[in-house]
Amino acid sequence: MATTQIHPETEIHADDHHDHHHQSFVSKYIFSEDHKTIAKQFLITGIFWAIIGGGLSILFRLQLGFPDMDLTFLKPLLGKWLTPTGKLDSEFYLALVTMHGTIMVFFVLTAGLSGTFSNFLIPLQIGARDMASGFMNMLSYWFFFASSVVMFISLFIETGPASGGWTIYPPLSALPEAMSGSGLGMTLWLVSMVLFIASTLLGGINYITTVINLRTEGMSFSRLPLTIWAFLITAILGLLSFPVLFSAALLLVFDRSFGTSFYLSDIYIAGEALPNIGGSPILFQHLFWFLGHPEVYIVLLPALGITSEIISTNSRKPIFGYRAMIGSILGIAFLSFIVWAHHMFVTGMNPFLGSIFMFLTLIIAVPSAVKVFNYITTMWRGNIVFTPAMLFSIGLVSYFISGGLTGIFLGNSAIDINVHDTYFVVAHFHIVMGSASFFGMLAGVYHWFPKMFGRMMDEKLGYIHFWLSFIGIYFVFFPLHYIGLAGFPRRYYSFTNFDAFQGFTDLNMYVSIAAIVTFSAQFIFVFNFFWSMYRGRRAPENPWRSNTLEWTTPVEPGHGNWPGAIPEVHRWPYDYSKPGAKEDYIPQHIPLSETPESNLEEEH
Amino acid sequence: MSGLVLGLGLFLVLAILIAIFRVTTLLGIAKGERKERVGSSNTVNAIIFILFLIVGMGLFFWYTITAVDDYHLPLASAHGAVTDNLFWWTTIITGIVFVLTQILLFTFPYIYRFKDDNKAFYFPHNNKLELAWTVVPAIVLSGLIFSGWRAWVDITSEAPEDSEQIEILGYQFAWAVRYGGSDKTLGEADFRLIDVDNRMGIDFADKSAHDDFIPLEIHVPKGRNVEFKIRATDVIHSVYAPHFRLQMNAVPGMPTSFWFTPTKSTTDMREELGDSKFNYELVCNKICGRGHFAMRYIIVVDEPEDYDKWYADQQPWLKQNPDYLSKVPEELREVAAISAGIEGTTD
Repeated sequence: MATTQIHPETEIHADDHHDHHHQSFVSKYIFSEDHKTIAKQFLITGIFWAIIGGGLSILFRLQLGFPDMDLTFLKPLLGKWLTPTGKLDSEFYLALVTMHGTIMVFFVLTAGLSGTFSNFLIPLQIGARDMASGFMNMLSYWFFFASSVVMFISLFIETGPASGGWTIYPPLSALPEAMSGSGLGMTLWLVSMVLFIASTLLGGINYITTVINLRTEGMSFSRLPLTIWAFLITAILGLLSFPVLFSAALLLVFDRSFGTSFYLSDIYIAGEALPNIGGSPILFQHLFWFLGHPEVYIVLLPALGITSEIISTNSRKPIFGYRAMIGSILGIAFLSFIVWAHHMFVTGMNPFLGSIFMFLTLIIAVPSAVKVFNYITTMWRGNIVFTPAMLFSIGLVSYFISGGLTGIFLGNSAIDINVHDTYFVVAHFHIVMGSASFFGMLAGVYHWFPKMFGRMMDEKLGYIHFWLSFIGIYFVFFPLHYIGLAGFPRRYYSFTNFDAFQGFTDLNMYVSIAAIVTFSAQFIFVFNFFWSMYRGRRAPENPWRSNTLEWTTPVEPGHGNWPGAIPEVHRWPYDYSKPGAKEDYIPQHIPLSETPESNLEEEH
Repeated sequence: MSGLVLGLGLFLVLAILIAIFRVTTLLGIAKGERKERVGSSNTVNAIIFILFLIVGMGLFFWYTITAVDDYHLPLASAHGAVTDNLFWWTTIITGIVFVLTQILLFTFPYIYRFKDDNKAFYFPHNNKLELAWTVVPAIVLSGLIFSGWRAWVDITSEAPEDSEQIEILGYQFAWAVRYGGSDKTLGEADFRLIDVDNRMGIDFADKSAHDDFIPLEIHVPKGRNVEFKIRATDVIHSVYAPHFRLQMNAVPGMPTSFWFTPTKSTTDMREELGDSKFNYELVCNKICGRGHFAMRYIIVVDEPEDYDKWYADQQPWLKQNPDYLSKVPEELREVAAISAGIEGTTD
């Protein structure tokens, strides 16, 4: 058959192919199949969404911190979502928290983080010309783009965007009678999410295939940088869990539009009893959290991978316990699939299930603890250079500790009874999942900016950005623990109706001020990012004296990454400060035969 | 107009900041490339880490200790003592880990900041250390898991036979509460029977429903076991009463329950807090729509004898709404009228 013919010549040449042919603007920058361009597309879309998602949180923090404030000056932006007295509408408040959550979890920390760094780093660090399928990779971005457009439009429709919380629990999300955001807004949310899932799957399959098949000569799995390990496992998590969200969403679409009763039963609303019988809202929660919990690690693992790389490079020391780090990634990934119901301890689920999930949940703290201790030991007796990326990585570890420890409270079902759905939970996941992952993303941008754009970001601005963000985030989220312990429920528009929740008005005000300062500080980054792209100092080839392969490419790598042959790999990526070596780093492509003075016994 | 001024002001501030940035960058270029590998900023950053650690820890301990009465609600249930105990033990254990790890995390950057003549210690792994910090957390966690599990099993066990049964129904955006009446048995209910008045959908074909009453506040007896039978009829709500460390979702189509033993009457708590207006509150804690933040209901904990008196004084719902006698099957109407205490004959 013609299709099975082998073309040996093209295959050989493909390896040495570099980019001479001219590409049109469209194929170079828009429908690009180059992983580096796609990564930048993901990053810039992610930054756009982060500004919107963060901006929405400022709006509701104004309501929480300054409930009496007259917001009439926002009238041009919010229109009829303001009451005549200049207050936020209480249903719009719910829309704000819903969209903030959706945008941050999916568009910023999933697509913006994995999309950017998996795309950018996988081929560069494993020594590949590009992704296994450039075309699918391009599709992955454009599905994400389409999903973004739909979600963005939903912000502006008359009945408002989805407002049932980012977890969109039915029946609230299934019944337009229950709240206006469950009408068209929810439909658009579901459409957008289906496109998003398609994007994630296209990306994920590609990442996995590329890591497995396209590693350069000598790049065995035990020599992969931890970034790549993290991206690979993240992609596998996504591939296994996102289809479950898809099915949950699909059944919800059926319930909403085609009269089925998967999630609906015994409902009397808007003056009539609905015919739906036999469904279970809890079914949705199981399906949702079967994605939802691995999603936490889909967001977190890439950040931890990036941090491992940055902490090792800038401590000028090998990462401590490389194999233990891989083991803990695998352990976390495996456990992340069997802990989902800890989000459901008080849903009325069988208490026996609660017991099982408490056991499994608390076990996940063990590999997490191993990671923290390994990071700290990596810094011990290092020679630490504080690049902005390093600062953000240290910040990440601090958040990972603080937020991880409060997870031990929440994972304990007996304690969870009292703090479930309070601000304690808000504090917990914003620190451990939100801020930690966000810092991983920022660290990655500062670290790989020179490779992305051939220029350096301004260091001083990076420092200011870090300190304002790092301290600011602790000021925003740490106080929420106390507010949560006092029983303050999340997603409350106002606390004035309850005697029990009259306190903490000052603290809430401080939190809001801290949030505004922290959010404003992010514009220092935005400025630095776009300014440095055009006006930054030219980057040297290996600005951080790093070992990984991406720094062996030209300052601005073209299509195909290496102009000549792909370098071969002869060692693991963490030969920093090796005893006897001339420099304090030995890149992965340097053969052992060139470094007899520093080879370990088993390497002779 | 004020918006315009604000915008202009903001623009000016930004323009000035950018100008300053530009000048410092140009100055940096004029002074020439930096020779040494790491600039003075390295030490500055290392010092800020230490300062942050000291100030941050100071604030943490100061607030946690001084504000304890603000964030720790006084307790009013039997099982809550166990929950609180677990909470404080977990706080102590995680607190120690928190303080130690953060101290290491912030002092190492200072101690081991870059120095030109230093060389980092090549230390890729150490099996003993790694084993130690896998096993120790595992053991500590086992302790926490085991105590948590025991508490959980007790709290979620079947309610004792003698529990007072109280039905709580959540709907957008209010609660309705029903007691079994003189027979202490809640009658059947069905969402298809709900109408404007019969908000709980009581089924009057069931004899035990005739004497059920629906008060405007929840009353529970101090020292006796109470079981909340929880329902919802439109979306998910959550019955949350923080003083009792009690929370359970109200799910349409899936009745749930939570039992507990109140230990302090409302009067006791008023005395304890020195607040004559104190009331226990029931809070909705699952997002349910526009009025989610306003689903308040008062829980009154009475001394047992006061509770019995209050209970006996309540009028059956059927008596307050005698029109609904027509919904009672004909053969039961007589009995219903008697058990609801409706005087005179009905047609």
